[in-house]
Amino acid sequence: MSGRITSTDVLVIGGGLAGERCAIEAAAAGHDVLILSLVPPRRSHSCAAQGGMQAALGNCVKAEGDSPEVHYLDTVRGSDWGADQEVARIFAEAAPIAVRELAHFGVPWTRVKGGSNSYFIKGERVNIDEALENDGLIMHRDFGGTAKWRACYAGAGTGHSALYAIDSEVVRLGVTVRDRAEAVELIHEGGRCHGVVARCLRTGDHSAILAKATVIATGGHGRIYGQYTTNATINEGTGAALALNTGVVPLGNMEAVQFHPTALSPSGILVTEGCRGDGGYLLDKELNRFMVEAEPEKQELASRDVVSRHMARRMRDGHGVETEHGPHLWLDVRHLGDEHLKTKLREVWEICRDFVGLDPAKDLIPVRPTQHYSMGGVRVNKEGEAYNMAGLFAVGEASCWDMHGFNRLGGNSLAETIVSGRLVGRHIAKTIGAGGVDVDTRVANEAVKKAEERAARLLAAEGSGPGAYEIRDAMAEVMIGRVGIFRTGEELALAVNELKELLVKCDNIVLRSKVPGMNPELTFALRIKNMVRLSLITAMGALARTESRGAHFRSDHPLRDDAKWLNRTLARWPESSDAPEISYEPVGVLDLPPGHRGYGRDERIEMEQTIEDYNQGVEQAQSEQGKLPTEGWQ
Amino acid sequence: MSEANGNRRLKFEIFRYNPQDPDSTPHMQDFEINELPYMSLFMALNEIREKQDPSLQFDFACRSAICGSCGMMVNGRPNLGCRTQTSDLPDVIRLHPLPVFKLVGDLSVDTGIWFREMAEKTEAWIHAEKAFDPDAQEDRMDDELAQSIYDSDRCIECGCCVASCGVANVKGDFAGPAGLNRMARFAMDPRDTRDDSDWYEVISNENGVFGCIGMMACHDICPKELPLLEVYAYLRRKAVASALTN
Repeated sequence: MSGRITSTDVLVIGGGLAGERCAIEAAAAGHDVLILSLVPPRRSHSCAAQGGMQAALGNCVKAEGDSPEVHYLDTVRGSDWGADQEVARIFAEAAPIAVRELAHFGVPWTRVKGGSNSYFIKGERVNIDEALENDGLIMHRDFGGTAKWRACYAGAGTGHSALYAIDSEVVRLGVTVRDRAEAVELIHEGGRCHGVVARCLRTGDHSAILAKATVIATGGHGRIYGQYTTNATINEGTGAALALNTGVVPLGNMEAVQFHPTALSPSGILVTEGCRGDGGYLLDKELNRFMVEAEPEKQELASRDVVSRHMARRMRDGHGVETEHGPHLWLDVRHLGDEHLKTKLREVWEICRDFVGLDPAKDLIPVRPTQHYSMGGVRVNKEGEAYNMAGLFAVGEASCWDMHGFNRLGGNSLAETIVSGRLVGRHIAKTIGAGGVDVDTRVANEAVKKAEERAARLLAAEGSGPGAYEIRDAMAEVMIGRVGIFRTGEELALAVNELKELLVKCDNIVLRSKVPGMNPELTFALRIKNMVRLSLITAMGALARTESRGAHFRSDHPLRDDAKWLNRTLARWPESSDAPEISYEPVGVLDLPPGHRGYGRDERIEMEQTIEDYNQGVEQAQSEQGKLPTEGWQ
Repeated sequence: MSEANGNRRLKFEIFRYNPQDPDSTPHMQDFEINELPYMSLFMALNEIREKQDPSLQFDFACRSAICGSCGMMVNGRPNLGCRTQTSDLPDVIRLHPLPVFKLVGDLSVDTGIWFREMAEKTEAWIHAEKAFDPDAQEDRMDDELAQSIYDSDRCIECGCCVASCGVANVKGDFAGPAGLNRMARFAMDPRDTRDDSDWYEVISNENGVFGCIGMMACHDICPKELPLLEVYAYLRRKAVASALTN
């Protein structure tokens, strides 16, 4: 099939919220846009986001005094000072606009009901009079790590409603969607990206899609933890791998991996933070509310990294409910009542009924911390431009933009998708050149041929080599066992060795199925080496980082170390090298000086440099790492 | 969900056909696996693919009944594979792809293209009168109305209703239950400025609500339990009201 070439102005890889929000911005400006997606866009994992989207509208009593400034401060504290503060501020300021725009696109946001409302706050039922003049504005619910109620929501199907609204705009604008298609390789030459080689997941055929701007919006890569993730089966890091395999584009902070406190045990299906936001408790096997003592101020609503660690400790200390699948704790939402559960938390009620056969109005929900979010991803500047590669962009979870640092706050990723999609789409639309795609078709044909040969080689391999699923299972056990919530140098060193061995095995895979067409085994085998590479980078970054920051916790280095580690890890994988190269850059210009987050441990190693000195070195250090100037990528 | 059995030997009879393979012909293939506690069809099918036949095609993504990828016929009845527990099924489990949709291979069907076409035909988006004003506060909406829109917006476009629909199975242009639900979702939304005569065109033809012959299998099988009976009643009333104003 080499020789088949399509051209477009803007190619968006991934049909989730970030990709589609970016696509409609460029399409509305008159550019030709093509979305490539593994699944029909409405099946993207954005649809599984439940509880809410953070935006400081300040519409209800418990949100009074909220502002983008307060949201920004919460976000930086949540990140454990790992975030780029300039980006966090851009984000917080744009979030209210992006959320209101979603109302314009049709999201049925839950609204403020003026008059007396009954809430559960820190274990007490409280009646609060919402102002009548705010009746009908977008309502907020409480979430972890925030000073105010800020999460805007539509029941417990916020991601679903947002995705359907944005996809409706994609349909309205007539944006072309090629679903069941996977980008398997970037087409690039001399530091300029020209599109991708795509593999059709209906037929298995390869073709080239050339574009002036290529946007990676493929979401996270939680499936490197195998089944120990809340992520969908499609979250296999295909986008991060595209960037990595260029050899020059770095991935940022891959060791920053979020574990969500409340995934169903043992299936790993997400149960929203909105349960705790609306007043739910965490209980141990003795039915003690252990978070009250552990975090007297925030209780169940400390940040996710902090709550997950308390839970893991609690289970380690013998207070978990033991099962054949390992221990779990309980989430108790019984006191919220049947009506609340069947409206504001309806999706939770359904999940409990369908997947564990229980009624959350009467029964406790078995939960345990589970891999949930990839703070790391394709390193981009504030306009979404990838380091070292003109014409390549990344948005949403696939990117390391980097507003989340080492821990993202609940509801901030859903908001990031539409804020970054909107902003980066606008940047592309404004700066994209008027001419056609400027690339020699030979380069495209060669890239297609290379991808075809790779698939053909895998299909042709005979003998007794390892299977792709077997490598996946081994990778998952290494990741959950040694690169999980609590990490040590010893375990991480073992993980690095084991992953390197698995990487070698990837080159000897033998397929058992040789059927033509998309061949599901081949499709997965083509991804597994990339997944092991992402795992190895995660483990190596974690091994090198001898401190604890946000979700990255080293039991052998339990303090945050702002003297040595107030930086961002960057990992590149040079072509024909058997290991990645790791380097570091400053997190960005500091506005809020490093300090206590307000939850978790209040002890750290202080900066030795002054803030001024630190800030002065940022620009040059980041340029040296390949950060592109903000204008002029064409 | 009944108590998990967990000790049965399950027999799966699965429809097989790979249109990309000239040697493939449609047929049923048998597999056997040991049942596990709380085993869903997501777990069972992955086990069959990974341990017995790696060529088996099916679709799952979220595996939590939210994304709508895994609609399939389970012993003759459409359902989401991920939320179907084997403990609720007899020892023999027969799986077919959803009808109506184009077959990709085995249990995998092309729902994405069908739903995109439906969205285009019914113009399933907010027809806004004014442009978005980034400086303005959001327009107000009564929470109860927001809740009603949300109830309808919850459709995950899995296609189970379409597969169960006697009309959609024989009449390609029929909007189908999910299509009718989309119409209702936008018709009740005050942000959509389409008026009665606009809606009359969409709702009231033979491919709209009057194409429905009222067997209501859709209402019984919808995995999200959308109140489709009420949705059609709403659309019929809306159609009559539009006809009277016209």
